[in-house]
Amino acid sequence: MELSDSVYQIIWFILIGVLFAGYSILDGFDLGVGILFPFITTDDREKGILARSIGPVWDGNEVWLVTAGGALFAAFPLAYATVFSGFYLALMLVLFALIFRAVSLEFWAHDEKRRKIWSWAFFTGSLVPSLLFGIALGNVVYGVPLTEQFEFGGNFFTLLRPMPLLVGLLGLVAIIVQGSTYTAMKTEGQVHERARLITKKMMVLYALIFISVVLSTMVYMPEIADKAMVWIFSALVILSVGAGWFFNSQDRNGGAFLMSSLGFAGLWGITGSIHFPNMVRGAANHAHSITIGNSSSSSLTLKIMLIIALIGMPVVIAYSAYVYYIFKGKTTEA
Amino acid sequence: MDAVLLSRIQFGVTAGFHFIFPPLTFGLTFIIFIIETMFLKSGEEIFRKISSFLIKLLGLVFVMGVATGIVLEFSFGTNWSTYSRVVGDIFGAPLAAEAIIAFFLESVFLGVLIFGRARVSRRVFWLSAFLVFFASHMSGLWIIVANSWMQTPAGFEKVVVNGVLQKVTLTDFTAAFLNGSTIIRYIHVVLAGWITGSLFAAAIAAWYLIKKRHEEAARHILKVSLIVFICSALLQLGSGHAHSVQVAKTQPEKMAAFEALWNTTTGAPLAIFGIPVESEQKTYLEISIPRMLSLLIDLDPNSKVAGLNDFPENERPPVLLPYMSYHTMIGLGMLFIGIAFLGGVLLVTGKLYTAAWYLWGLILLAPLPHIANETGWIAAEVGRQPWVVYKILRTADAASVVVPAWQILFSLIMFSAIYLLLFMMFIMLLVKFVKAGPEEVREGGY
Repeated sequence: MELSDSVYQIIWFILIGVLFAGYSILDGFDLGVGILFPFITTDDREKGILARSIGPVWDGNEVWLVTAGGALFAAFPLAYATVFSGFYLALMLVLFALIFRAVSLEFWAHDEKRRKIWSWAFFTGSLVPSLLFGIALGNVVYGVPLTEQFEFGGNFFTLLRPMPLLVGLLGLVAIIVQGSTYTAMKTEGQVHERARLITKKMMVLYALIFISVVLSTMVYMPEIADKAMVWIFSALVILSVGAGWFFNSQDRNGGAFLMSSLGFAGLWGITGSIHFPNMVRGAANHAHSITIGNSSSSSLTLKIMLIIALIGMPVVIAYSAYVYYIFKGKTTEA
Repeated sequence: MDAVLLSRIQFGVTAGFHFIFPPLTFGLTFIIFIIETMFLKSGEEIFRKISSFLIKLLGLVFVMGVATGIVLEFSFGTNWSTYSRVVGDIFGAPLAAEAIIAFFLESVFLGVLIFGRARVSRRVFWLSAFLVFFASHMSGLWIIVANSWMQTPAGFEKVVVNGVLQKVTLTDFTAAFLNGSTIIRYIHVVLAGWITGSLFAAAIAAWYLIKKRHEEAARHILKVSLIVFICSALLQLGSGHAHSVQVAKTQPEKMAAFEALWNTTTGAPLAIFGIPVESEQKTYLEISIPRMLSLLIDLDPNSKVAGLNDFPENERPPVLLPYMSYHTMIGLGMLFIGIAFLGGVLLVTGKLYTAAWYLWGLILLAPLPHIANETGWIAAEVGRQPWVVYKILRTADAASVVVPAWQILFSLIMFSAIYLLLFMMFIMLLVKFVKAGPEEVREGGY
């Protein structure tokens, strides 16, 4: 079957969105647990339970990021090259954080003398990417200065404009809610109650920030109000947050986690609807946007990658689900 | 310092540090799979204990590999964005495929190995051990595909506008995947990993035997790992030879640099030792075997081997570093064969577990495979210079143009400091785990 170039490009635009959404939902909850780690627990026993609740799965979750990054590189190399080199310092901060995050749980578990340090390393390593990913995405969507050669034309402070910062905050809150609903689902007793309380407050904050992001985006880019998908996905987010709040108040924690995840998917739906067909929007001159058309790999590469993804990802999802099933239920003391 | 040099140093530091861990993972997952198979067949508790202990070590090694590996995937975009633009059509795919086909599988089932012993049947646990072994080796395959394509690119066409290379696009996936060096390089790297991991495990067992602790477990570990070590060290002689012949055929200037062969020579000698000085085109203190290089490459002692002067000056690799690292690697490879031979004799004669001198030797020599791995990698990469993709794209033209040098210097300093800290923690926890021994492992994870 031969598809035209643009069909492959559209498919890969959607698939990369799905991969990033998968990353946000899955690694989102263990990032969120990391941010809550020092605050929601009072002693090492509680920290141990929290660590074990994500221990078997966090690493597999982070592979969604590796996959999304690799797919972006393979499918839209120009976008990958421009964003990663342009956002150099911000991404270095993300990398330093991800390094500490990866080792700090292991070190926390086995280096008893310095548990305090590793607990805070896990917190910082989780907080920094949770905030910076949203800021980076905000910049890509609202636009950054691009040169005629499609190189990034700004500097580090270009990234810290109000709209991207607001999106960063939205992402952070969404990740915290992923973490708190997951924690409530996987724990009992004190930690469980604290997680529910955090969810209750954060869901309200989530809704407020979300509405302000949508409204200010409507001011900044009035044209998106004409896109039905933006409204549909916005409704999905609001309904999910509301339902999540309700389930949480009923102590139905699986439902709350599911709603939080659905809300995250909705955020990605909005992003995709606004952003398409851009990969990186040019701020000053829209003729210089990086789009799926001018940044993509050849159709042969996109086709081979599509075959690998269509066979590979369902298998990945199947065995991941099986392993989640193995570790189902409340995490208890070892 | 200029940005390109800083980016090269940063890639060298981050990739070189990362490369401590994947070879250990190859070796350890292989030995764990063997031990789990013995447990599945015999049901003897000792094998379960040994395996759980090795899984604990693997968990530490793996987490270090994960932490340092993601840096590399990002670095192609952050530091080598021109490279990414030019070769992304070909180079991105193996990285994405690695994640989808291998890295997910490895990560997800390692979670079962570390945390799930009590939650799954013995068969499922054995299967998990197999999948982690299989996936870690698949993961290595895709990385080797990507690297091999840079060494011996194939299956592509160039898009040139006004005499300037814009990008290369894929024309033949199989040709790009296999290219001229994937298979032999992969075999060579896997064997290097088995040598590294098996000597690592053997050294731990040797230490227990010397200290007279956990002796039953130690004998099993030593036996299995020494057999893996012996087989790998011997096979590596063949793979190393075949890999060198491939380099001589596909990248002749690299082989000339390895051997400091300045002029094209009929009946070229094989260098054993020397100090090549590039400015004088002379090798001091040279010891060599006459005609041996020709014989090894072409099976003909009188064949002609191209020297460095046969290549344009701006396409010659540096000589000193590739020469020294290549010969260090080969010297260590020979040493491993010697250790393997001695170990084989002791194993057959039944003296292995009591030969204190040999056990001490294993402990002292255990870090050396890492030196062989790193020098082999340095030889391969520096020997490819001045190209980042052989004869297609120069390293000097591959770096990001928008990243100022001070930012790279900053990140380089940070990576160096963080990796030093990580390395100290790694060694500290490793010593702690080994001291605690196989009796102390908690099978529920943390």
